[in-house]
Amino acid sequence: MTTRISTRDVTTAPEFRLLVIAVFVFGLMAVLSPERFLSTQNLTSMAFQFPEFAILALAMTIAMMTGGIDLSVVGVANLSAVVAAIILTQYSNADMPASQSAIWLAIAIAAALCIGATAGLVNGALVAFFGLPPILATLGSGLVFTGFAIAMTGGSAVMGFPSTVALIGNATLFGIPVPLILFAVLAVVLHLILTRTAFGLRVTMYGANPLAALYAAIDINRMLLKVYVIAGLFSSIAGLIVMSRANSAKADYGSSYLLLAVLIAVLGGVNPYGGYGRVIGVVLAVLSMQFLSSGLNMLQVSNFARELIWGALLILVMVINTHAVTALRGSFRPKT
Amino acid sequence: MSPDHDTAFVDLRAITKRYAGVTALDSVDFTVQPGEAVCLAGENGSGKSTLIKIISGVEPATAGTIRIAGQDRPYLNPRISAAAGVMVIFQDFSLFPNLSVAENIAFATQLSTHQRFFKAKAVRDIASAALDRIGVRIDLDARVETLPVAQKQLVAICRALASRAQLIIMDEPTTALTEKEVRRLQGIIRMLKDEGVAVIFVSHKLGEVLAVSEKVVVLRNGKKVAEGPASEFDTQSLTYHMTGRDVPEVPPSDVTPGAETLMQVKGLTKAGSFADISFDLMAGEVLGITGLLGCGRTSVAKALFGLVSPDAGSITVAGRPVPLGDPQAASLARIGYVPEDRLTEGLFLSQSILRNVAVGRLDAHSSGGFLDMTRLADEAADWLRRLKVKTPDVNAPVQSLSGGNQQRVALARWLSRAPRVLLLNGPSVGVDVGSKADIHDIIRDLARQGIGIIVISDDLPELLSTCHRILVMREGRIIDALDGKSLTEDDLAHRLAS
Amino acid sequence: MTNWLPKDFWTRNETLVAGVIVLFCVIATISDPRFFTITTVSDLLRAAIVIGILAVGAMLVLVSGGIDVSFTAIAVFAMYSSTVLFLAIWPDAPWPLIFAVSVGFGALLGAFNGFFIAFLGLPTLIVTLGTLSIFRGFLLTFIGSQRISDLPPSMRDFSRGVLARGTTEAGNFYSIPWAALALLGVIVLTWVMLKKTMLGRSIYAIGGSVESARRIGINVKWTQFFVYVYVGALAGLAGIIHGSVGRMADPFSLVGLELSVIAAVVLGGARLIGGYGTLTGTMLGVALIVIVQNSLIVVGIPTTWQSVTIGILILLGTGVPAYRAKRAAARAG
Repeated sequence: MTTRISTRDVTTAPEFRLLVIAVFVFGLMAVLSPERFLSTQNLTSMAFQFPEFAILALAMTIAMMTGGIDLSVVGVANLSAVVAAIILTQYSNADMPASQSAIWLAIAIAAALCIGATAGLVNGALVAFFGLPPILATLGSGLVFTGFAIAMTGGSAVMGFPSTVALIGNATLFGIPVPLILFAVLAVVLHLILTRTAFGLRVTMYGANPLAALYAAIDINRMLLKVYVIAGLFSSIAGLIVMSRANSAKADYGSSYLLLAVLIAVLGGVNPYGGYGRVIGVVLAVLSMQFLSSGLNMLQVSNFARELIWGALLILVMVINTHAVTALRGSFRPKT
Repeated sequence: MSPDHDTAFVDLRAITKRYAGVTALDSVDFTVQPGEAVCLAGENGSGKSTLIKIISGVEPATAGTIRIAGQDRPYLNPRISAAAGVMVIFQDFSLFPNLSVAENIAFATQLSTHQRFFKAKAVRDIASAALDRIGVRIDLDARVETLPVAQKQLVAICRALASRAQLIIMDEPTTALTEKEVRRLQGIIRMLKDEGVAVIFVSHKLGEVLAVSEKVVVLRNGKKVAEGPASEFDTQSLTYHMTGRDVPEVPPSDVTPGAETLMQVKGLTKAGSFADISFDLMAGEVLGITGLLGCGRTSVAKALFGLVSPDAGSITVAGRPVPLGDPQAASLARIGYVPEDRLTEGLFLSQSILRNVAVGRLDAHSSGGFLDMTRLADEAADWLRRLKVKTPDVNAPVQSLSGGNQQRVALARWLSRAPRVLLLNGPSVGVDVGSKADIHDIIRDLARQGIGIIVISDDLPELLSTCHRILVMREGRIIDALDGKSLTEDDLAHRLAS
Repeated sequence: MTNWLPKDFWTRNETLVAGVIVLFCVIATISDPRFFTITTVSDLLRAAIVIGILAVGAMLVLVSGGIDVSFTAIAVFAMYSSTVLFLAIWPDAPWPLIFAVSVGFGALLGAFNGFFIAFLGLPTLIVTLGTLSIFRGFLLTFIGSQRISDLPPSMRDFSRGVLARGTTEAGNFYSIPWAALALLGVIVLTWVMLKKTMLGRSIYAIGGSVESARRIGINVKWTQFFVYVYVGALAGLAGIIHGSVGRMADPFSLVGLELSVIAAVVLGGARLIGGYGTLTGTMLGVALIVIVQNSLIVVGIPTTWQSVTIGILILLGTGVPAYRAKRAAARAG
């Protein structure tokens, strides 16, 4: 209910710091390699690249807002993609007329979203009704979801889609890549959910103090179910984008995205203990990451080095965000 | 130097403590003799916790001299202080729930003697010696998490004794104890004093510990405002010294004759916690539910709000049955519940004051899925004004408020929902004496507006000054229904204890 | 009265897991009588060594109230870089020296975790997620990303060393490698530390209540720091054993195993909130996970269902106690 945010607050908010970082990284890359970084081709390719893990980061964000975490996002994404892929390869083929394959694509998307929602429901039920800690619940369920994907495919990739599938991941609409549009829509939706609905405020309040939420007569079980269903749906959308871009589906795609999703959420200022998080922060974090990643790519830094940089960044951001340095200094003096 | 100072175990002179411009203690002298029990009284923020922190070495004093056990202590830290025999028993006892009783008692001793190895037998010996010393029997191998509160406190006392405590500082020692347990504690304290162990009680509720104390020291705004033999103080004079004013409690006005029956509770039963709880609550009536800790009063309160599922019985509000065991249903029936522990149960400490109120009205201002943020905020701000919550900024986190103001925020959340029945569990726990009287005013005022109020409390003066009727519980049952007006504190204390 | 049994014997995770293992063995033996032979047991034991050592470390972290997901990266880092180091400077070094260096590397990386967690007070899951990729990224970028099968000869000698080997009269071949002693040593050492030293008890105490531990004078920061160093050292040991026994220094191995190891520990009764966890439980959990990973096929479940099985076991093994605790809390009112 921060009805009025005074100007003083804007510059001290962690999101403002992120904006500065995003602009700085963009500027740095633009200066280091103007003709390549600022080329239309690079900018477009960036816009195609990041939405898939950015959407997973949004899913992670809402789980973290409750003080939980969703370690099953990648598993849900792959299971959804595998189910959609199996439907597509079983019932449609490249020779089919576009109208017919579009119907099968719609059915496959619907099935993937159902899988995402069901998986979310399972996670939510484990956390809400069985009282499992979210880490364990989603660790276990993530294995189960991945396991189903393996069992259904025997561990190999499913491929051979009709060309309509490329619409999700590789097409543009008015010159804007479809994945980017999907991400933007989901980000706006999540932002509105978190800040403008009763459910969103309950999520924040529950994250701040679960026991007080119980005493405030908040229907916690229902809220948690919704949270994990939303996370599941977002994950399955990310899965569909991955499937379309890779033109195949496999149980172990995007295994590094889990870390990336946590990293972006934390980088975006979401409190892993719950109770604080803003979508705008997550979006800015995604952009900084993508600018950096793309820049490193141009500087021909290997994937492995990038992993190293992500990890270091995650810890650096935690150190800054939690004022850990003051804690360190304080630890050598009596506390006040 | 007077002989008093020579023999003192703790001798603080002209202690001043400043935090970033705030003077928490202002030139306070404080002595404790061996075998003496001292009551350290004061409201929240009076400086009593700061004084304790200085004695126990948690915080350094800004100015002044400290002598403990006959030695000047220009530099003090918790280890030095503990080695000199100062032991603090915190309100939460600071025990390890996952470890055994024996280990909990002996751990600190083993640490202080720089043991590298853990010797199970030595630990058991230390623990059973400490338990024998106060004549208590507790299973040495039981995990502490399985013990009732009173036994946990005894374990904490034994731990202090095992560490050769010369001075035991007890923070709010009696809040969680039943009358019988308080009496046992008093006996133990007397015994310790005979052995030369000094005790400092830090407390809001001093009635129980005055009986075993020699001296009372009262702090107000960082200054010592009264000191003297315990026999010269009673609850009223303590209140006067703590607040600097007499707080006359107005007895409640009468319930409007012929008021409608708001809430009917019939035969509410839950195996192991309470049985056959039945009562009616009228509009505008303040009903007290009291009893010793463990008598089931909090369980009944939670059951009325759906936080506990009873096995049998019924609750109706204005003639309509309320589904049991469902807080949402209770709150739809316009029952409100302000819990006892504000910090963990009542408030969202890191969230804004405004949000803490508004969270109660989310559905009311939600249309088509979206919230009307302006109306929500305006309404919450309006309630904060009505309850006179003092704050420069309603967007500040609620943890920045004092205890009394926090309690008002908790009240505002429920009042904004226009409750018919309001359950207040320990409405003035941890609130300073001044705010307490204000909260009692609010309760009386709400009753006049026709809300039915149930006050669950073991604070007898509070019950007498707010309630029309008082139900006394013991072992899960209502054993007495008393008329608040014709009752004295002694009567009530007697009924509780008998 | 069965006084010799702990009061909560029937509700403990250890009992539950042991029950599942016995049940599994009974079914497996019925469906394939060859299952219950010394060959299977020695195969499973060999498979359990690396996971077992890692699990002891993971348990220690859980007991102290944290969670570590970086230990596999530490293990592979320590193994690969000590191998590379010795191949470069002294290929003929005796294996104990190579092992000691690997353990030292592990401890060093553990200290890195410990610094951020104990002294900067950062959340353990986030820190170790971060260091997982730092260690792995550093290894693959700066040290090497090629598999090395040409190990120092002494490492191969180690892998050939057996405590016992032979063939039973029924023709079942078995062998128990030296590495089994390492697991045993780790268990004994950790047991002594946890049960018989103040340090070990302090780890339990911190897991029970950090604030209380601080108040009675336990040096919380250094104790936590020690935990991560110790875990790092164990990971270094597990890594080099993995490399030696597999006769290959593969920088891509081990990572990815961390969740299975944590699963084993949690199945064995360690709780995420800290303060609870036993070596017995951990070893039972490891046994269960190893059996599922290696012998699922014997009871007629295809190997592709391994992940699902482990996931369900985690959910059941942690869900049942969690649900019971939730119900108990609701009953207590």
